[in-house]
Amino acid sequence: MRDERARSIPTAIKILVAGGFGAGKTTMVGNVSEILPLHTEEVLTSAGTDSDDLSGVEAKRTTTVTMDFGRITIGDSAVLYLFGTPGQDRFWFLWDELAIGALGAVVLADTRRLADSFPSIDYFERRGIPFVVAVNCFHGHQPFGVDAVRGALSLDPEVPVVMCDVRDRRSGREVLVTLIEHVRAITLGPAHTAVAGTS
Amino acid sequence: MPADDDDAHEWLDADAGPLVRSYAVTGGRARPGASTFDLLTYVVATPAGQRRHAVRLQPEHRAVLALAQEPISVAELSSRAGFALGVVRVLLADLFDEGAVTRMAPAVAPGHIPDDHILQAVILGLRHA
Repeated sequence: MRDERARSIPTAIKILVAGGFGAGKTTMVGNVSEILPLHTEEVLTSAGTDSDDLSGVEAKRTTTVTMDFGRITIGDSAVLYLFGTPGQDRFWFLWDELAIGALGAVVLADTRRLADSFPSIDYFERRGIPFVVAVNCFHGHQPFGVDAVRGALSLDPEVPVVMCDVRDRRSGREVLVTLIEHVRAITLGPAHTAVAGTS
Repeated sequence: MPADDDDAHEWLDADAGPLVRSYAVTGGRARPGASTFDLLTYVVATPAGQRRHAVRLQPEHRAVLALAQEPISVAELSSRAGFALGVVRVLLADLFDEGAVTRMAPAVAPGHIPDDHILQAVILGLRHA
Protein backbone atom coordinates (compact mmCIF):
# COMPACT_ATOMS: atom_id res chain seq x y z
CA MET A 1 0.00 0.00 0.00
CA ARG A 2 1.32 3.41 -0.88
CA ASP A 3 1.60 5.91 1.92
CA GLU A 4 0.21 9.30 0.89
CA ARG A 5 2.03 11.09 3.65
CA ALA A 6 5.41 9.89 2.44
CA ARG A 7 5.00 11.50 -0.94
CA SER A 8 6.18 15.04 -1.46
CA ILE A 9 4.69 17.51 -3.84
CA PRO A 10 6.54 20.38 -5.50
CA THR A 11 6.20 23.98 -4.40
CA ALA A 12 3.32 25.32 -6.47
CA ILE A 13 3.83 28.95 -7.46
CA LYS A 14 0.96 30.93 -8.93
CA ILE A 15 1.66 33.82 -11.27
CA LEU A 16 -1.04 35.88 -12.94
CA VAL A 17 -0.77 37.25 -16.47
CA ALA A 18 -3.03 40.28 -16.82
CA GLY A 19 -3.61 43.08 -19.31
CA GLY A 20 -6.26 44.42 -21.61
CA PHE A 21 -8.08 42.43 -24.24
CA GLY A 22 -5.68 41.51 -27.04
CA ALA A 23 -2.53 42.42 -25.10
CA GLY A 24 -1.12 38.91 -25.60
CA LYS A 25 -2.03 37.10 -22.37
CA THR A 26 -3.01 33.82 -23.97
CA THR A 27 -0.03 33.93 -26.33
CA MET A 28 2.41 34.45 -23.50
CA VAL A 29 0.93 31.75 -21.29
CA GLY A 30 1.03 29.30 -24.18
CA ASN A 31 4.54 30.10 -25.36
CA VAL A 32 6.35 29.97 -22.01
CA SER A 33 4.60 26.81 -20.84
CA GLU A 34 5.92 23.29 -21.28
CA ILE A 35 2.64 21.80 -22.45
CA LEU A 36 -0.28 22.98 -24.49
CA PRO A 37 -2.32 25.62 -22.68
CA LEU A 38 -4.72 24.13 -20.22
CA HIS A 39 -7.99 25.74 -19.41
CA THR A 40 -10.56 25.62 -16.74
CA GLU A 41 -13.90 27.28 -16.87
CA GLU A 42 -16.55 28.59 -14.61
CA VAL A 43 -20.25 28.97 -15.32
CA LEU A 44 -21.61 32.42 -14.66
CA THR A 45 -25.10 32.95 -13.38
CA SER A 46 -25.26 36.74 -13.42
CA ALA A 47 -27.38 38.53 -16.02
CA GLY A 48 -25.06 41.27 -17.30
CA THR A 49 -26.87 41.40 -20.63
CA ASP A 50 -25.77 44.91 -21.53
CA SER A 51 -22.09 44.81 -20.63
CA ASP A 52 -20.97 41.77 -22.58
CA ASP A 53 -18.87 42.77 -25.55
CA LEU A 54 -18.69 39.29 -27.06
CA SER A 55 -20.95 39.12 -30.07
CA GLY A 56 -23.72 36.57 -30.13
CA VAL A 57 -24.17 36.02 -26.42
CA GLU A 58 -26.18 39.12 -25.56
CA ALA A 59 -29.40 37.23 -24.98
CA LYS A 60 -27.98 34.57 -22.68
CA ARG A 61 -28.42 34.66 -18.94
CA THR A 62 -25.61 32.21 -18.34
CA THR A 63 -22.23 32.02 -19.97
CA THR A 64 -18.95 30.30 -19.45
CA VAL A 65 -15.72 32.10 -18.80
CA THR A 66 -12.57 30.23 -19.67
CA MET A 67 -9.34 30.74 -17.78
CA ASP A 68 -6.20 29.78 -19.67
CA PHE A 69 -3.30 28.52 -17.70
CA GLY A 70 0.06 26.94 -18.28
CA ARG A 71 2.63 25.03 -16.29
CA ILE A 72 6.42 25.17 -16.05
CA THR A 73 8.10 22.42 -14.02
CA ILE A 74 11.38 23.33 -12.34
CA GLY A 75 13.08 20.05 -11.53
CA ASP A 76 11.52 18.25 -8.58
CA SER A 77 11.27 21.33 -6.43
CA ALA A 78 8.78 23.74 -7.98
CA VAL A 79 6.01 24.12 -10.52
CA LEU A 80 4.98 27.50 -11.85
CA TYR A 81 1.34 27.90 -12.77
CA LEU A 82 0.54 30.84 -15.00
CA PHE A 83 -3.05 32.00 -15.08
CA GLY A 84 -4.28 34.43 -17.69
CA THR A 85 -6.84 36.72 -16.11
CA PRO A 86 -10.27 37.15 -17.69
CA GLY A 87 -10.14 40.31 -19.78
CA GLN A 88 -13.66 41.56 -19.29
CA ASP A 89 -14.57 43.86 -16.43
CA ARG A 90 -17.63 41.83 -15.51
CA PHE A 91 -15.40 38.91 -14.54
CA TRP A 92 -13.49 40.82 -11.85
CA PHE A 93 -14.86 38.55 -9.15
CA LEU A 94 -12.86 35.70 -10.68
CA TRP A 95 -9.68 37.72 -10.21
CA ASP A 96 -10.11 37.56 -6.46
CA GLU A 97 -9.91 33.79 -6.47
CA LEU A 98 -6.98 33.83 -8.90
CA ALA A 99 -5.16 36.42 -6.81
CA ILE A 100 -5.31 34.43 -3.57
CA GLY A 101 -1.83 33.16 -2.81
CA ALA A 102 -0.35 34.53 -6.04
CA LEU A 103 3.39 35.19 -5.88
CA GLY A 104 3.04 38.07 -8.33
CA ALA A 105 1.70 39.24 -11.65
CA VAL A 106 2.75 40.28 -15.12
CA VAL A 107 0.77 43.16 -16.61
CA LEU A 108 1.06 43.05 -20.39
CA ALA A 109 0.78 46.48 -21.97
CA ASP A 110 0.13 47.43 -25.57
CA THR A 111 1.33 50.99 -26.18
CA ARG A 112 -1.41 51.53 -28.74
CA ARG A 113 -3.95 50.99 -25.94
CA LEU A 114 -2.00 51.81 -22.81
CA ALA A 115 -5.11 52.75 -20.82
CA ASP A 116 -6.31 49.14 -21.11
CA SER A 117 -3.69 48.13 -18.55
CA PHE A 118 -4.81 50.67 -15.92
CA PRO A 119 -7.42 48.39 -14.29
CA SER A 120 -4.89 45.56 -13.87
CA ILE A 121 -2.28 47.89 -12.38
CA ASP A 122 -4.85 49.40 -9.99
CA TYR A 123 -5.96 45.93 -8.93
CA PHE A 124 -2.47 44.69 -8.03
CA GLU A 125 -1.45 47.99 -6.40
CA ARG A 126 -4.53 47.98 -4.15
CA ARG A 127 -3.92 44.41 -3.03
CA GLY A 128 -0.17 44.76 -2.59
CA ILE A 129 0.58 42.01 -5.12
CA PRO A 130 4.04 42.44 -6.67
CA PHE A 131 3.87 43.02 -10.42
CA VAL A 132 5.97 43.94 -13.41
CA VAL A 133 4.81 45.71 -16.56
CA ALA A 134 5.85 44.00 -19.78
CA VAL A 135 5.43 46.06 -22.94
CA ASN A 136 4.58 43.68 -25.73
CA CYS A 137 6.40 44.64 -28.93
CA PHE A 138 4.10 43.09 -31.48
CA HIS A 139 6.10 44.04 -34.53
CA GLY A 140 9.62 43.62 -33.27
CA HIS A 141 10.07 47.25 -32.39
CA GLN A 142 8.60 49.67 -29.93
CA PRO A 143 8.33 53.41 -30.57
CA PHE A 144 8.09 54.27 -26.88
CA GLY A 145 10.86 53.77 -24.34
CA VAL A 146 10.61 52.25 -20.89
CA ASP A 147 10.65 55.69 -19.24
CA ALA A 148 7.82 56.98 -21.42
CA VAL A 149 5.68 53.96 -20.55
CA ARG A 150 6.51 54.27 -16.85
CA GLY A 151 5.48 57.92 -16.89
CA ALA A 152 2.30 57.31 -18.82
CA LEU A 153 1.25 54.60 -16.36
CA SER A 154 2.29 56.63 -13.27
CA LEU A 155 4.16 53.63 -11.89
CA ASP A 156 6.07 53.63 -8.65
CA PRO A 157 9.80 53.78 -9.37
CA GLU A 158 10.46 50.27 -8.01
CA VAL A 159 8.00 48.58 -10.39
CA PRO A 160 10.04 46.98 -13.20
CA VAL A 161 9.09 47.85 -16.78
CA VAL A 162 10.50 45.60 -19.49
CA MET A 163 10.11 45.21 -23.23
CA CYS A 164 9.16 41.77 -24.49
CA ASP A 165 7.81 39.80 -27.40
CA VAL A 166 5.24 37.36 -26.06
CA ARG A 167 5.54 35.22 -29.19
CA ASP A 168 9.09 34.37 -28.13
CA ARG A 169 9.49 31.74 -25.42
CA ARG A 170 12.80 33.06 -24.15
CA SER A 171 11.49 36.64 -24.00
CA GLY A 172 8.38 35.58 -22.11
CA ARG A 173 10.40 33.54 -19.63
CA GLU A 174 12.76 36.48 -19.06
CA VAL A 175 9.70 38.53 -18.05
CA LEU A 176 8.97 35.87 -15.42
CA VAL A 177 12.57 36.08 -14.22
CA THR A 178 12.15 39.85 -13.84
CA LEU A 179 9.03 39.29 -11.75
CA ILE A 180 10.68 36.74 -9.46
CA GLU A 181 13.73 38.98 -9.01
CA HIS A 182 11.31 41.79 -8.12
CA VAL A 183 9.63 39.59 -5.50
CA ARG A 184 13.03 38.65 -4.08
CA ALA A 185 14.07 42.32 -3.94
CA ILE A 186 10.88 43.15 -2.00
CA THR A 187 11.38 40.21 0.35
CA LEU A 188 15.11 40.32 0.93
CA GLY A 189 16.06 43.86 0.00
CA PRO A 190 17.82 44.76 -3.24
CA ALA A 191 21.32 44.19 -1.86
CA HIS A 192 20.82 40.47 -1.28
CA THR A 193 19.33 39.24 -4.51
CA ALA A 194 22.27 38.23 -6.69
CA VAL A 195 21.67 34.77 -8.12
CA ALA A 196 24.82 32.76 -8.61
CA GLY A 197 25.65 32.20 -12.24
CA THR A 198 23.44 34.96 -13.60
CA SER A 199 23.37 38.75 -13.95
CA MET B 1 -42.58 34.85 1.05
CA PRO B 2 -39.01 35.56 2.13
CA ALA B 3 -37.37 38.23 0.02
CA ASP B 4 -34.47 36.01 -1.03
CA ASP B 5 -36.82 33.64 -2.85
CA ASP B 6 -37.39 36.30 -5.47
CA ASP B 7 -33.67 36.78 -5.99
CA ALA B 8 -32.96 33.09 -6.10
CA HIS B 9 -35.37 32.39 -8.93
CA GLU B 10 -34.82 35.47 -11.08
CA TRP B 11 -32.75 33.54 -13.59
CA LEU B 12 -35.04 30.53 -13.84
CA ASP B 13 -36.38 31.26 -17.29
CA ALA B 14 -35.95 29.65 -20.68
CA ASP B 15 -32.30 30.71 -20.80
CA ALA B 16 -31.35 28.81 -17.68
CA GLY B 17 -30.70 25.58 -19.58
CA PRO B 18 -26.89 25.65 -19.78
CA LEU B 19 -26.62 26.33 -16.06
CA VAL B 20 -28.83 23.40 -15.15
CA ARG B 21 -26.95 21.09 -17.50
CA SER B 22 -23.53 22.05 -16.20
CA TYR B 23 -24.47 21.36 -12.60
CA ALA B 24 -26.76 18.40 -13.12
CA VAL B 25 -24.03 15.95 -12.13
CA THR B 26 -23.67 17.72 -8.80
CA GLY B 27 -27.36 17.48 -7.99
CA GLY B 28 -27.64 21.23 -8.35
CA ARG B 29 -25.06 21.90 -5.67
CA ALA B 30 -22.81 24.78 -6.55
CA ARG B 31 -20.73 24.84 -3.37
CA PRO B 32 -18.68 21.96 -2.01
CA GLY B 33 -19.66 22.49 1.59
CA ALA B 34 -16.99 22.96 4.20
CA SER B 35 -14.25 21.32 2.16
CA THR B 36 -12.30 23.74 0.04
CA PHE B 37 -10.21 22.98 -2.99
CA ASP B 38 -8.07 25.89 -4.13
CA LEU B 39 -6.89 25.96 -7.75
CA LEU B 40 -3.43 24.81 -6.69
CA THR B 41 -4.48 22.37 -3.99
CA TYR B 42 -3.01 18.95 -4.81
CA VAL B 43 -5.31 15.99 -4.41
CA VAL B 44 -4.62 12.26 -4.69
CA ALA B 45 -6.65 9.08 -4.45
CA THR B 46 -6.46 7.29 -1.12
CA PRO B 47 -5.85 3.53 -1.00
CA ALA B 48 -9.64 3.17 -0.82
CA GLY B 49 -9.97 5.48 -3.82
CA GLN B 50 -7.47 3.41 -5.76
CA ARG B 51 -9.82 0.45 -5.29
CA ARG B 52 -12.50 2.61 -6.80
CA HIS B 53 -14.79 -0.23 -7.74
CA ALA B 54 -15.45 -0.51 -4.02
CA VAL B 55 -16.86 3.03 -3.90
CA ARG B 56 -20.37 3.84 -5.09
CA LEU B 57 -19.81 6.57 -7.64
CA GLN B 58 -21.30 8.36 -10.61
CA PRO B 59 -19.28 8.24 -13.86
CA GLU B 60 -18.14 11.83 -13.25
CA HIS B 61 -16.74 10.88 -9.87
CA ARG B 62 -14.91 7.97 -11.47
CA ALA B 63 -13.43 10.27 -14.11
CA VAL B 64 -12.09 12.60 -11.41
CA LEU B 65 -10.78 9.68 -9.37
CA ALA B 66 -9.02 8.19 -12.39
CA LEU B 67 -7.14 11.47 -12.92
CA ALA B 68 -6.16 11.65 -9.25
CA GLN B 69 -4.29 8.34 -9.09
CA GLU B 70 -1.15 10.46 -8.91
CA PRO B 71 -1.06 13.85 -7.13
CA ILE B 72 -2.63 16.53 -9.34
CA SER B 73 -3.64 20.15 -8.83
CA VAL B 74 -7.33 21.01 -8.85
CA ALA B 75 -6.78 23.35 -11.80
CA GLU B 76 -5.16 20.63 -13.91
CA LEU B 77 -7.78 18.15 -12.87
CA SER B 78 -10.51 20.52 -14.07
CA SER B 79 -8.73 21.02 -17.38
CA ARG B 80 -8.12 17.33 -18.03
CA ALA B 81 -11.57 16.21 -16.90
CA GLY B 82 -13.28 18.91 -18.96
CA PHE B 83 -15.55 19.86 -16.08
CA ALA B 84 -16.05 23.42 -14.88
CA LEU B 85 -14.08 24.31 -11.78
CA GLY B 86 -17.17 24.55 -9.59
CA VAL B 87 -18.29 21.11 -10.71
CA VAL B 88 -14.89 19.57 -10.00
CA ARG B 89 -14.91 21.07 -6.53
CA VAL B 90 -18.26 19.49 -5.71
CA LEU B 91 -17.16 16.12 -7.07
CA LEU B 92 -13.92 16.31 -5.08
CA ALA B 93 -15.85 17.18 -1.93
CA ASP B 94 -18.00 14.08 -2.45
CA LEU B 95 -14.93 11.93 -2.95
CA PHE B 96 -13.31 13.51 0.10
CA ASP B 97 -16.37 12.72 2.19
CA GLU B 98 -16.26 9.13 0.91
CA GLY B 99 -12.62 8.87 1.91
CA ALA B 100 -11.62 8.28 -1.70
CA VAL B 101 -9.36 11.32 -2.14
CA THR B 102 -7.24 13.35 0.19
CA ARG B 103 -5.74 16.79 0.02
CA MET B 104 -1.98 16.93 0.16
CA ALA B 105 -0.33 19.47 2.43
CA PRO B 106 1.17 22.25 0.29
CA ALA B 107 4.94 22.56 0.24
CA VAL B 108 4.50 26.26 1.08
CA ALA B 109 1.65 27.53 3.20
CA PRO B 110 -0.84 29.55 1.14
CA GLY B 111 0.04 33.24 1.05
CA HIS B 112 3.66 32.62 2.02
CA ILE B 113 6.58 33.34 -0.26
CA PRO B 114 8.68 30.25 -1.00
CA ASP B 115 12.18 29.97 0.42
CA ASP B 116 14.74 31.97 -1.49
CA HIS B 117 16.64 28.90 -2.66
CA ILE B 118 13.45 27.77 -4.42
CA LEU B 119 13.06 31.15 -6.13
CA GLN B 120 16.71 31.05 -7.22
CA ALA B 121 16.19 27.57 -8.63
CA VAL B 122 13.15 28.83 -10.54
CA ILE B 123 15.16 31.69 -12.04
CA LEU B 124 17.93 29.34 -13.17
CA GLY B 125 15.35 26.90 -14.52
CA LEU B 126 13.57 29.60 -16.52
CA ARG B 127 16.82 30.76 -18.09
CA HIS B 128 18.32 27.40 -18.91
CA ALA B 129 15.44 24.99 -19.47
